[in-house]
Amino acid sequence: MFGILEQDFSWLNLLIMISVAVAVMGVVLLFVVYAIYFERKIVGWIQLRRGPNRVGPWGLFQTVADVLKLLIKEDVVPTKVDRLLFLIAPIIAYTPSFAIIAVIPYTESLYFADVNVGLLYYGALSSITITGIMLGGWASNNKYAIMGGMRSVAQMVSYEVPLIMSFLGVVLMTGSLNMREIVQAQQDGVWFIFPQFLGFIIFLIAGNAELNRTPFDLPEAENELVAGYFVEYSGFRFAFFMLTEYVYMFAMASLMTVLFFGGWDAPFGLDFIPGIVWFFLKFLMLVFWLFWIRATFPRVRTDQLMGFAWKVLIPLALFNVMLTALLHTLGIYSGVN
Amino acid sequence: MALRTEEMLLNVGPQHPSTHGVFRLVVKVDGERITEAIPVVGYLHRGTEKLAEDLSFTQIIPYTDRLDYLSSMLNNYALVQAVEQLMGIEVPERAEYLRVIVMELNRVASHLVWWGTAILDLGATSPFIFAFRDRESIVALLNEISGARLTYNYMRVGGVKWDAPEGWIERVKKFITVMRKHLKEYHQLVTGNEIFLARVKNLGVYDAKTAIAFGQSGPVLRGSNVKFDIRKNQPYSIYDRFEFEVPTGETGDVFDRYMVRMKEIEQSLNILEQATEQFPEEGEIQAKVPRVLRAPQGEVYTRMETSKGELGVHLVTKGKSDKPYRLHLRRPSFINLQILPKILLGRSMADIPAILGAVDIVLGEVDA
Amino acid sequence: MSEEVKASSPKQPLLDSYVKIISEQVAQDAVKEAYINEVNSHMPALIIRKENWHDVALIIRDKEDMQFDYLMNLSGVDYEEYLEVTYHFYSFSRDEYLTVKVQTERDGGSVASVMDIWPAADWQEREAYDLLGIGFTGREISRILLSDDWVGHPLRKDYKPYDEGV
Repeated sequence: MFGILEQDFSWLNLLIMISVAVAVMGVVLLFVVYAIYFERKIVGWIQLRRGPNRVGPWGLFQTVADVLKLLIKEDVVPTKVDRLLFLIAPIIAYTPSFAIIAVIPYTESLYFADVNVGLLYYGALSSITITGIMLGGWASNNKYAIMGGMRSVAQMVSYEVPLIMSFLGVVLMTGSLNMREIVQAQQDGVWFIFPQFLGFIIFLIAGNAELNRTPFDLPEAENELVAGYFVEYSGFRFAFFMLTEYVYMFAMASLMTVLFFGGWDAPFGLDFIPGIVWFFLKFLMLVFWLFWIRATFPRVRTDQLMGFAWKVLIPLALFNVMLTALLHTLGIYSGVN
Repeated sequence: MALRTEEMLLNVGPQHPSTHGVFRLVVKVDGERITEAIPVVGYLHRGTEKLAEDLSFTQIIPYTDRLDYLSSMLNNYALVQAVEQLMGIEVPERAEYLRVIVMELNRVASHLVWWGTAILDLGATSPFIFAFRDRESIVALLNEISGARLTYNYMRVGGVKWDAPEGWIERVKKFITVMRKHLKEYHQLVTGNEIFLARVKNLGVYDAKTAIAFGQSGPVLRGSNVKFDIRKNQPYSIYDRFEFEVPTGETGDVFDRYMVRMKEIEQSLNILEQATEQFPEEGEIQAKVPRVLRAPQGEVYTRMETSKGELGVHLVTKGKSDKPYRLHLRRPSFINLQILPKILLGRSMADIPAILGAVDIVLGEVDA
Repeated sequence: MSEEVKASSPKQPLLDSYVKIISEQVAQDAVKEAYINEVNSHMPALIIRKENWHDVALIIRDKEDMQFDYLMNLSGVDYEEYLEVTYHFYSFSRDEYLTVKVQTERDGGSVASVMDIWPAADWQEREAYDLLGIGFTGREISRILLSDDWVGHPLRKDYKPYDEGV
């Protein structure tokens, strides 16, 4: 960002980097607060009711109130839990979610870490969250939590595979794992959603499953397991898990925008609207889609879910990669390179 | 290398978001597969049958409200039917029509609650809200006529307590039209949904012979392809004047029971339409019965079709008494629940809400 | 014992045929009493001796002219001198109804369980045991509606509640 990483280390640079990181975290948290608010509002409108509208004008401070409530609650640590694991599980779960936001480029000049293996970094770190969830379920010393943890791990690990494979097609077409170059490739050519439509669909479904959201939210199925792996967590530790989910939503939606919708690229040549606005609009569209799906569908059962991942999504993703590779080699359609 | 696995004993309930009340299911699971399921009931037992022995017949009616509290009108009718048969009382026309109208409205309301909660248990949150929107209209109508929203205490031996207020029948007719439109939307939203179908098809299957042997009744029996509805096979009240069909399912799985109930809502709307058309302009709402109802010595077992199944009342009276000697309630939810251990065997934990939702129990009725 | 001549019930021939089948198949005196319950839509009723009940139950379910495959209701009644279990049956194939009563003594009395014949009887027998103290032989029995450590059987006429007068 602003070439700081290339400069020599100095205390001023360090200070700048830290304050920028805090600023980004602030933006992400702001997003989380209003994502929660808008999710409740939108789901409410779909269900013919209003959603929160009491706290603050139009209920805008609802999430603030909720988070404040969670933060001031008593920190209940049940006696028989594995204390160390219980305490660090939420941290393991949510730290990677912030870490991966570093590699997402928002505009030509607004990016934080131009990592050449940005996509790989993203995929690798997001897998660490799974460990956190499993630890949370295990350490809680509660049968429901263990079941929820097991289900969640099985689900997330299974859906990582089609998730990563679905953007291999994009990588093939760009020839690089660097996120900025991927966006630039789309600027010169066409947005990758068109040639990589199958990859996009797979990414959408697998992303939904990675986020543990309906229709794939069995691990936290309130109706069956009474909140699954985080049933024993209360107060701010519970807030951590919720935070993880929403920050991941931010990360997943931004990744989708970068990979398939051209990032900050303006459609139809409407350049006068700044890139950041376009990025934001595309990003919001994807987040809205996630909310919409949540309000409409029932839950998929665990074994059906796994069957779907392994027997449907992975073969499709493989097919997508092979097709892209074939077309690329034959020179019929080659993106950049 | 054989992995060492352990069976886990899990308690679902009695406080649980999806068991529809205080119901406890002790499950032995091996991973996700259920190896044994033992239902434990009795958390809501209030001794209705014992209390009834000290109450006059009219005083028992509010107690019947609280059995299946979602279909109070239907429960009321079960009791007054038994007493009327024992004493040989004839009910006037207008009262009969009022009874049928409120009973069918209650049946639709009960099925709507079932629909909303069953789909909610599967994970979709929106149908619940839509179902309650319609139930609100019904409850408002029943509130107008009886003064209460849930436990109506509306019927009396020989008739009903209050007459329909001004314009009430028109409002019922309007509701029928609105409900028909909404029912189509509900089918669009849920019935064709792939995820929903994958969750419910070929689940909890039992054939007609098993259903009959287990004493099942109501939609769970009809879902297993047994065409039996007490309103058609042994008509009571004035049900023989109405044309309606009895929907059945073919395979006896959860989806069939779902469809049977949805079609029953349609048929109830048909009955309502005919009843409101044929509604007599004037008439008595209560037969001339003595103030203190003394039943002759005798014994009856009467049955009727509630939203859950066959509600039977076994009434034994001794001589010149205004209280029953023994009142036994044959409660459909209690008896339908017996098949649960059998159909849960070998299924996964995630199937419990789906199967339990299809049996459709109300704990007030299971425990009495 | 009424003096007047009552009009014969339309179900009388059916009742006679049931009595005939049972006395031939099981035992001459298996049927203690047979009557028509006129108030209850002329439902035929049989009072069966306790000793023959299980065999009679099999006949009721399986025999050609009976085939009562559907157990509608099982209630226990406390008649002060004795306890009685009342069964109400329906036959899907013949569209006919039947009431059967089996009597037993109050203290420690028990009736043969018909859970193996009609699985529907399972919980209803447990309920009768729980609330009235009627034993059922041939099966494991436990309380169902009251807690397992409850003492006494509330629906009995001589039941003294623990907190009477409170």
